[in-house]
Amino acid sequence: MSENFFFDNPDLQFRLEQLDLREALEFKEKGYSESDLYPGAPRNYPDAKDNYRIVLEVLGEICGERVAPRAAEADEEGAHFENGEVTYAAATLDAIEALRSAELFGAMLPREFGGLNLPESIYQMMVEVVARAESGLMTVYGLQEIASLIDEYGDPETKARVLPKFARGEVSGAMVLTEADAGSDLGAVATKATLDEASGQWHLNGVKRFITNGLADVSVVLARSEEGSTDARGLSMFLVEKDATVKIRRIENKMGIHASPTCEIQYTNTPAILIGKRRFGLMRYSMNLMNGARLAVAAQALGIAEAAYREADDYSKERIQFGKPIRSLPAVGRLLLGMKVDLEATRALLAETARWVDLWKVYERAVTDGTAPDMDRARARHKQCQTLAETMTPMVKYCSTEMGNRVCYQSMQVHGGVGYMREFNIERLFRDVRITNIYEGTSQLQVVAAIGKLLNRSLDPLFADWGAAEYPADMAAEKAILVELTATYQKAVDALKAQSDRDRVDYYACDLVDCAVWLTCAWLLLRDTNVLEAKKPVARAYVASIAPRLRASGDVVIGANAVPLEAISALLG
Amino acid sequence: MTDTRPIHSVVLVKQVPDTHNITGEVMTKDGTMNRGALPAIFNPEDLNALEMALEIKGRHGGTVTVITMGPPKAANILRESLFRGADKVVLLTDRKFAGADTLATSVVLQLAVQKLGQFDLVLCGRQAIDGDTAQVGPQTAEKLGIPQITYAESVIDIADGKITAQRALDSGSEIVRCTLPCLLTVVGSANTPRPASVRRQMERKLSAAPGEYAALRAKWPEFETDEAVDAFLAKHDLKIPVWTAEEIGATEGTIGLAGSPTQVHKINFVVLESTESKTISPTPEAIAAMVAELVHEYIVG
Repeated sequence: MSENFFFDNPDLQFRLEQLDLREALEFKEKGYSESDLYPGAPRNYPDAKDNYRIVLEVLGEICGERVAPRAAEADEEGAHFENGEVTYAAATLDAIEALRSAELFGAMLPREFGGLNLPESIYQMMVEVVARAESGLMTVYGLQEIASLIDEYGDPETKARVLPKFARGEVSGAMVLTEADAGSDLGAVATKATLDEASGQWHLNGVKRFITNGLADVSVVLARSEEGSTDARGLSMFLVEKDATVKIRRIENKMGIHASPTCEIQYTNTPAILIGKRRFGLMRYSMNLMNGARLAVAAQALGIAEAAYREADDYSKERIQFGKPIRSLPAVGRLLLGMKVDLEATRALLAETARWVDLWKVYERAVTDGTAPDMDRARARHKQCQTLAETMTPMVKYCSTEMGNRVCYQSMQVHGGVGYMREFNIERLFRDVRITNIYEGTSQLQVVAAIGKLLNRSLDPLFADWGAAEYPADMAAEKAILVELTATYQKAVDALKAQSDRDRVDYYACDLVDCAVWLTCAWLLLRDTNVLEAKKPVARAYVASIAPRLRASGDVVIGANAVPLEAISALLG
Repeated sequence: MTDTRPIHSVVLVKQVPDTHNITGEVMTKDGTMNRGALPAIFNPEDLNALEMALEIKGRHGGTVTVITMGPPKAANILRESLFRGADKVVLLTDRKFAGADTLATSVVLQLAVQKLGQFDLVLCGRQAIDGDTAQVGPQTAEKLGIPQITYAESVIDIADGKITAQRALDSGSEIVRCTLPCLLTVVGSANTPRPASVRRQMERKLSAAPGEYAALRAKWPEFETDEAVDAFLAKHDLKIPVWTAEEIGATEGTIGLAGSPTQVHKINFVVLESTESKTISPTPEAIAAMVAELVHEYIVG
């Protein structure tokens, strides 16, 4: 049977079926009015969902048949750097060619620029499929937020010039933010942007580091436009179309994602175009990019975890020890079960998060353009969706990338010694996944991004809805546990909110975020049991696994013991 | 010197049971295949032929028309052809075509190609994975009265009304040149068929032959009548034309079972079963003995 990474993944198919995009698409498809303008535009909601299925089927086939079989080769060969030129591995070039001929680039761009006008939720499913096949390729394919940023904030002339090239897959993008001394602290960016007042032309000078896909033809670059400023308020966002003034100095020799070139770039009087407004470079545009990129990295980790789980699942069937396949041993079964349930819980969280992001985006546009039928309602809904999207995006980035690392670790355990050998895919996956909880903001930074929102009780409306909903009778025990855990969580929120010692809030924030992630995933899985019998054991196993941990973490947060903080100063100096 | 004239290609394709993935349940007691138990797929080398035609179109311009003879559900591979880049498709379906051997098939294909009008190239896969005869391409070329290049692996050049192509042979390769129009049978090593384009698939997913309207309405209840389907498809140029025996001007006795001189004399049902297994000790001597035995049995070597 031919390999298809969508057809062989019932859980992903289930997520697509369950994904309710009616509200978002009503805006995004402008009341389905584009079907007369563009032959591929949907005539109605079922037509749109059918189009999304097509996208995932075609992508699933390309990834299963053409990309995944060459993943080890792409890793082995890696990207090259010679005489100032970066080239992709042969397998990466072939994969890009396949994606291009399937017209899968420009996923989220509007149709007027040749895009597919796909919602974020579908795009993230695509990223998962790509990452499962080859995690390095994801960084080339999964940077489509850049085109979206240009679409959102670029001037009409730039958009008309650049966006159709993105949609045809002729150019790729790079997000050029990081510098040697500005990593997590992007407010310290020093690359200078100077405006020639006479001609109105901006020029960039400076060096950027750790730039994923830095060889891209079109980049968005964060630079200091306000002379004398030292913080985030002096930064603006610029668009650079690669020319001779852009020099790649080197590419990094990394632990994993070898197919993805990570570049050091030098700009010398490089002509640049201002995107949006001055001084909003970090606060608005980088954050906008970063939110999308965080979802994409969550999807990337999920894809790698899916691949790792399958490696373990297959190996545990073939490997005979003590006269039987090792999967029949409870110790191995425990590992496999943990992986499978974690994967499905994370996939549910990612789909839910992306759905709120879609709603946020469509209402943002409706509120800005004044196109909603009921503007007061639209503004309220916009605020609500934004709060949930901004809460859940760092949550899912944190949850998925930590899960991905855990699953790869467990998969290697299932393999035993051979998993440590280069011939086995898990060795590569283990290396590849390690970057996911580091780049686009470390897990520690995701906690910082989420905690403020959680302390403002941003998830309460969801918990209230889910608590009030009906579930199958045979899931009553799980529902009762989740009601109890929700109360525990809320006590923990109250306690941390009341905590006056800022260091203790920061120290215990990750425990509260853990609780929020577990609780949200558990409710989502319980909700799934209303429509799919097969989700019952998943929900039961998940609730059984997280309940005691959530109670314990709740206690930790409520207690907010000062001892570790004292120990830090006593022991670490 | 590359010819700037557009090249019009016709690709002959076949829907086949997926014989590469045969399982135990698929074979019947008398040694024939239970076709219903196997998924129907695009004959793999026909995809290579389509890819070659699309590449030629990419270089020279022109059109790619895909035709198939088969039951109504063979329209599936025509849609797939449209998704991959074909400009036009035609379904040849008629009860009178049923039971055709390679000769009767080539008669139908010849008439259909001629009905299409002017063409430069006819391309088809080297052979289909169900019959494995590799006869239909050559026979169709003979019937059309045009030269043929079998086992084509690549097109080197098309210029001045001539095509230069490389043929894959057992012992190497051969470069040949012949005049257009001609017929090419294409081997699997020729290329990697492009994937379907999602955009084309979104645009053309409702493409249907008239026999498929009921199924289409079942999936898309927005169309309340066959007439509504027909009007929509006509408006968007999505109707898959169906040609019958009469429409291509086929004479009775030359097509279908009646036009098929081939008689299956006998089917041998060979069951390959491993009844015993051997455990080879991991010693150099035991491994050497195993290799010697395999060579002796002509399994390797």
